[in-house]
Amino acid sequence: MNVINLDYISANPLLPEVQEAMIEAIKKNYANPSSPHRLGDQAVEELERARENVARLINCGSPDEIVFTSCGTESINHAIKGVSSAGKDAGKHIITSNIEHNSVLKTLRRLRNLGYTITSVSVDNYGRVNPEEVEKSIKDETILITIMHSNNEIGTIQPVREIARIAKEKQVFFHCDAVASVGVVPVDVQDLGVDLLSFSAGQFNGPSGVGGLYIRKGVGILPLIDGGFQEKGRRAGTENLVGIIGMGKAAELALNDMESRVAHAKRLKERLTRGLQDKIESIIINGHPELSLPNLVSASVKYIEGESIVLMLDEENITVSTRSACASGSLRASHVLISIGCDYADAQGTLVISFGRMTKESEIDRFIDVLKSVVGTLREMSPLYKRDVIT
Amino acid sequence: MYSKTVMDHFKNPRNVGEMKDADGIGEVGNPVCGDMMSIFIKVEDDRIKDINFKTFGCGAAIAVSSMLTEMAKGKTLEEAKKITNKSVADALEGLPKNKLHCSNLGADALQIAIKNYEDKKAGKVPATAVTEDYHCHVEKDSCTCPYCETELSGGTKTCPICGKNVGVC
Repeated sequence: MNVINLDYISANPLLPEVQEAMIEAIKKNYANPSSPHRLGDQAVEELERARENVARLINCGSPDEIVFTSCGTESINHAIKGVSSAGKDAGKHIITSNIEHNSVLKTLRRLRNLGYTITSVSVDNYGRVNPEEVEKSIKDETILITIMHSNNEIGTIQPVREIARIAKEKQVFFHCDAVASVGVVPVDVQDLGVDLLSFSAGQFNGPSGVGGLYIRKGVGILPLIDGGFQEKGRRAGTENLVGIIGMGKAAELALNDMESRVAHAKRLKERLTRGLQDKIESIIINGHPELSLPNLVSASVKYIEGESIVLMLDEENITVSTRSACASGSLRASHVLISIGCDYADAQGTLVISFGRMTKESEIDRFIDVLKSVVGTLREMSPLYKRDVIT
Repeated sequence: MYSKTVMDHFKNPRNVGEMKDADGIGEVGNPVCGDMMSIFIKVEDDRIKDINFKTFGCGAAIAVSSMLTEMAKGKTLEEAKKITNKSVADALEGLPKNKLHCSNLGADALQIAIKNYEDKKAGKVPATAVTEDYHCHVEKDSCTCPYCETELSGGTKTCPICGKNVGVC
């Protein structure tokens, strides 16, 4: 039986065109792009072609503003640590939000131990940051604002343009974690006005293990990884050329299909949201109803716990996620859900259902039917279910 | 992630349900940690004649509840008192390390149910539940507050930052 994949946020399947491009690249057995000979030059050509495609996807002023990394997490670490260390003489204050991904949270936690101070702004019940609160938090020592483009658990999209305008006015660098957004919805770095932007190929049907960091010309930043002169001295280490070629192809396809992909995802999201609310009682849809990613739905199923739902769905060949896959080792309720005012018990029963270009409407329908039966079974078992009914 | 036995008990849980005329009821956990368990026992001649459970929790928590009821059924109260969280986990062929503290509270619920029965029999006000003091500490020496994620030192009962009760390691 075919597996119904509704866990795109953890890993997208590679598109066939991307697979072909990567297999071709493996067969060609490219040399090291840093080598001065002819074979090295061929590798450089491929590397720069991929860079141009990626630059086009997010509308960079110049492809040189793209640095290839090993993943979204590395890009985020590089942006935050690189700007903080380059700017430490100007100040040691950083502003973020309460619902950032662990790769931002933990990076900032480390910087706090190194003497930086962090201000984390709250979000409303939809998960939106208030730009005014960001503005009020800016001090003379503020050197960086890091706020995500969209949230990977609830999908809510932040007022990035407004925050970028404030950052520019106050002459503070602004890094945007756009890992969940790039390739999924249109992201234009010039229109947004951000200084740095992190993204990952795995979110737009490219390979895992390749990411990118947009660094606007003129931003002071130190490398995260020191060594050779790869990536114009901004990221040492021999390039993962096969992965980068895959990312370039995936970026090209994402840009070409953007409109139809967004329309397809929106249709599925509407069907899914409506179906869940119609067929399953006591279910809460989290996140902003409009300003949100089209490819993801966060649903809190009351009275039961998320992992047991995921395991039972897995038995029926359906994959979903309870929360950010990177955090599933953690047993605590999601900080994102708690920040938007979700009850602790409801947070434990929250599913992240994410899909893509290959997802069919019939798969969404089957998921809803199976979920309904799984929810019934687990609620029968739950001591919380009967209580609420009685009171 | 889970052993075959865990998955078997998770997929086909034994003795699920509520017992209307239970002689003893025990409850542990709270939804903050993601696990909560109720155990109902029927006692005859100092022997657990019947046992049921209701559980809110992950796969491990459900398997633990199911296995516990199988282990306790038919045992005398004295024998049942010897069942520990560890013996339940062992019978399940082990649990992932991060689930050992949090989800493995079936035996605790059973002990409370037995005490609840004995208290009632002795004419005392019976204990039924331990829900407040239950906190899931994943690692003994590096635990964090489940409410605000502040790092806590071992033995802390109240989180110094948010003031919430977090129980003991």
